[in-house]
Amino acid sequence: MTTATTAPADPAPTAPARRRSASRRRSTPLTIAMLAALAYFLLPLFWLLVASTKSTQDLINRFGLWFSHAPQLVANIRATFTQDDGVFVHWLLNTAVYAVVSALGAALLAAAAGYGFAKFRFRGDRAAFNLVLGAIMVPATALAIPTYLLFAKVGLVNTPWAVILPSLVNPFGLYLMRVYAADAVPDSLLEAARIDGAREGRIFFRIALRLLAPGLVTVLLFTLVATWNNYFLPLIMLNDPKLYPITVGLSSWAAQAQNGGAGASGDMLPLVVTGSLISIVPLVIAFLLLQRYWQSGLATGSVKQ
Amino acid sequence: MSATTATSRKARPPVRRGAAGPLFTAPFLLLFLLLYLAPLGYAAYLSLFQQRLIGGNVFVGLDNYVTALKDPLLLHGVGRVALFFVIQVPLMLLLALLFALALDSGLLRLARVIRLGIFVPYAVPSVVAALMWGYLYGPDFGPFAQASRKLDLPAPHFLSDGWMLGSLANIVTWEFVGYNMIILYAALRTIPNDLYEAAAMDGAGPWRIAWSVKLPALRPALLLTLLFSVIGSFQLFNEPSLLMKIAPDVISSSYTANLYAYSLAFTGNQLNYAATVSFLLGLVIVIASYAVLLTANLRRAT
Repeated sequence: MTTATTAPADPAPTAPARRRSASRRRSTPLTIAMLAALAYFLLPLFWLLVASTKSTQDLINRFGLWFSHAPQLVANIRATFTQDDGVFVHWLLNTAVYAVVSALGAALLAAAAGYGFAKFRFRGDRAAFNLVLGAIMVPATALAIPTYLLFAKVGLVNTPWAVILPSLVNPFGLYLMRVYAADAVPDSLLEAARIDGAREGRIFFRIALRLLAPGLVTVLLFTLVATWNNYFLPLIMLNDPKLYPITVGLSSWAAQAQNGGAGASGDMLPLVVTGSLISIVPLVIAFLLLQRYWQSGLATGSVKQ
Repeated sequence: MSATTATSRKARPPVRRGAAGPLFTAPFLLLFLLLYLAPLGYAAYLSLFQQRLIGGNVFVGLDNYVTALKDPLLLHGVGRVALFFVIQVPLMLLLALLFALALDSGLLRLARVIRLGIFVPYAVPSVVAALMWGYLYGPDFGPFAQASRKLDLPAPHFLSDGWMLGSLANIVTWEFVGYNMIILYAALRTIPNDLYEAAAMDGAGPWRIAWSVKLPALRPALLLTLLFSVIGSFQLFNEPSLLMKIAPDVISSSYTANLYAYSLAFTGNQLNYAATVSFLLGLVIVIASYAVLLTANLRRAT
């Protein structure tokens, strides 16, 4: 996948040589246009990096897109981590726990169910699958308030479960895994394993799950991002700052910085900015490391309808 | 897909087929029941009641729905996100499509860097994206305002009433162009080379190939991105709720339908009405999604 991207969309080897050489040539105008687009997408991130090195005063007085004379990134990071008895560390850890548990759980549940729907027939399987498929269109936030009301009834509000449980069910993940399993797990292999006397559970964990790995990583990664970035659900479910994920925490700091103006709380601004920078680093790294997987997984989901 | 499972099923002993399928799907379906169907059912139930000062919780039938359908705050909120959808989504998908085609054309230098760079905003939480852009838009230390001051020009009012929807559209576009681009690009990579060969044999140039070979092959992927965009636009919440803190005069608590449902439930304490609004909003999104699917299928049929 990654090597293929650098190769040109190859015209036919039998095509006239003239056309072939024409499309092998790189286009400078197109490259420049795309670099301009790239600048738009990277500009806010560059601003964030620059802003993280500044004091409140430099943020206001110095030009936003260049570093000040006295960079203080380290001081800002230290301040971010020590503010309010280190609550930022809690937010980072909470986010990591919520995201990892949700992503692992959602990926495994979707893989098992997708495999079940793809490789077995049973009573009501089509109806159940269609019901879940329809739920892809039910928006998460329209579901969030009813879920909150229900969780309030059973006492789950303001616990980590309030954030994790709703993230475990990923209808689109199930759809993706079903499509993936139908292709990636050959029936003949399952038959062979059955003839050898393997039980269904063992076949799934020992054979199928390995073949499903790329699809599984895709669901894992996208649930990870969705949970890491989730704001609405934890915002309504949690009211103890110690349980906040980073998104809710940062927005509460941003509100303080906004109300504070100058004075003691005016110094919140660099914390919001530096905290924002720190919060995006893990995900960017995860995406860069796992790009082989999310691309092939997305290809599966987008082509088969 | 169903054809292959149907043929292989004959070879499989029936007993195993009966027990294993339900077992693999049961954990997911159980949680689906508890976390999707139960909340929806509960919301439907709550929406039929009203909390009254005298008499407490009273069954009112569809009264809440009647109120909601006549509620100007809700109607404006839905109208605003509909307008947002009509303007922002085509723009975003067009950009994503152009970028995907450019990447797939093989004409770019630094294609890998460009592809990853455009995708990176997707990994940025929308809260952080909204905060960043909020500061960038800002009249004080936003670089646009700073630059205009240097040049003695009037600073652009990104956070004013007239600009706000556009400013929000810019944030959402920034966040999701790369994601949609990758979906389309991944779909482009799976088009078999034979198709290009055949088209080139017939004398098609690169534009003709893009129009007649690539675009039709992208239909399912485009439909998918469109569907996700419908769902995303109509539940717009994070970006307006964060910009609300910077520009409270412009963004009211009913600016979008979802913001309205939130403020009804958590500041207005009108849980029954909030459930009604949530339920209606979900309904609007499902209908809009089906409308998208239906028009796409009708087009294929004709």
